[in-house]
Amino acid sequence: MHEQMPAGVTITEIVEETPSIRTFVFDREIAARPGQFVMVWVPGVDEIPMALSSPSSITVQKVGDATAALFAMREGDRIGIRGPYGNGFTVSGRTLAVAGGVGASPLLPLITTGQVDTFLLGARTASELLFADRIRDAATLMIATDDGTAGHHGFVTQLMSRVDLADFSHVCVCGPEVMMTAVLTVLDREGCAERGQFSLHRYMKCGVGLCGSCCTDPHGLRVCRDGPVFSGDVLLGSEFGRYARDASGSRHRV
Amino acid sequence: MVALYPGPIEVGGIRLKNHLLLAAGILGTTGASLARLLHNGAGGVVTKSIGPSPKEGHPGPCLIVVDGGIINAMGLPNPSAAFADELAGLQGEPVIVSIFGGTPEEFRTVAGWFAGTASGLELNLSCPHAEGYGAAIGSDPVLVEECTRAVASLGVPTWVKLTPNVADIGEIGAAAERGGADAIVAVNTLKAMRISTALRRPVLGNRFGGLSGKAIFPVAVRCVYDLYEACSIPVIGCGGVSTADNVVEMMMAGASAVEIGSAVIDDIDIFAAIAKDLYSHDGIDAREIVGCAHA
Repeated sequence: MHEQMPAGVTITEIVEETPSIRTFVFDREIAARPGQFVMVWVPGVDEIPMALSSPSSITVQKVGDATAALFAMREGDRIGIRGPYGNGFTVSGRTLAVAGGVGASPLLPLITTGQVDTFLLGARTASELLFADRIRDAATLMIATDDGTAGHHGFVTQLMSRVDLADFSHVCVCGPEVMMTAVLTVLDREGCAERGQFSLHRYMKCGVGLCGSCCTDPHGLRVCRDGPVFSGDVLLGSEFGRYARDASGSRHRV
Repeated sequence: MVALYPGPIEVGGIRLKNHLLLAAGILGTTGASLARLLHNGAGGVVTKSIGPSPKEGHPGPCLIVVDGGIINAMGLPNPSAAFADELAGLQGEPVIVSIFGGTPEEFRTVAGWFAGTASGLELNLSCPHAEGYGAAIGSDPVLVEECTRAVASLGVPTWVKLTPNVADIGEIGAAAERGGADAIVAVNTLKAMRISTALRRPVLGNRFGGLSGKAIFPVAVRCVYDLYEACSIPVIGCGGVSTADNVVEMMMAGASAVEIGSAVIDDIDIFAAIAKDLYSHDGIDAREIVGCAHA
């Protein structure tokens, strides 16, 4: 395996996408497939896995120390990037995308490359809908908000009853795990779990398939290397939707 | 190249499916990943190191891939006693639990959690980047002997993994043997670091870490050679093994079996791939070549 030292990149632009989500654009293009991720090194703080929202950007919600440190950064500040890592989405034919919250980020490259036909986008409230305008330009967009301030009043998964799943060869999904589990349940009920492609989030340390932090039960699949995108039929009966491991390897309910 | 006769073996009191073990710290956090490696051809597996209390490990970056190897500073993340749950589905399989502690008493406590279920224990006296643990203890022969005795006296097969970051590894190996070790594993990673020229600081969150992979194979061969001279218990070779020929070379230096870790980065089926090249039904007994380079 060839040397993979983190590349130092400069943040050239910070876009406030929603009150809780920002896009950090940097001065390097990373050739990646839609749904692949990079390890983002925030110097002096930590390194975290983050999906690419474009070849030169990550789109981030503040959830912990490293993302809080990113949010404190300014244009001109430097971070380290290594990758791309993981498998990414693989689509051909008609594709449905389902996203919740910041989960729209790894799906955006599918939108910008014209590979999504219909996009179901959910958020807590209207102001938290991510990339709605850009999605609307490239696909049929259907919206749901938890509080009813835009689109369907309820969960994004409830929008699935308004499309004919038989129309789609692939269903690409990213969002909170409870939401993705609900999508998988619908696909399984319709007998097409294998058409689902779910982008998983697990605690990661190495990013290259060695340390085992992100291994999932029951097959020992590595989210960083065998994933992060897994076919729905692989996830049926797995830890997905039930538990995940933390930095120490201890299990917690999701 | 020499071909070996396939089949189960016994080394250091532990029955293995073949001579190729998964090294500690690689895909050893979950029972499922250990089972995957056993299914993929590993003759035995060593778990992530488990210690007296849960640890989250060092801040990232925790690992960097460099030319010829990998530098890591994980910082011994582990769930402590709760790890026993991970092993529930691996009863009867050749699973060796790697353990660490800061004192002989801590080693004995952790060992006690797994003494009834694991095939054996491997004492991590060699991690180069965890203050007060690992190599901090493993470079002192007196402490090595005491920690080894504290575990070996429980009656469970006890392997001791050594650091190459010492002046005389033979002296440390001899201390482990006096303490009652059933085998010695050599070696853990070599102290190493890289600096990001772009960010003008060490890459690893812990600043420095340990180098593994092909780059350290010659160092490991030499340590195994020295230990074969210094000790009479079996030596398990570890460090940069990535081909069947590397396995044979380690054996000629004195290794009765080998552990493989970093090579998994190129191929998670590395164990089956090496076994295919290493074993043949018209091959010889491995014992014919173990230590043969000491002519």
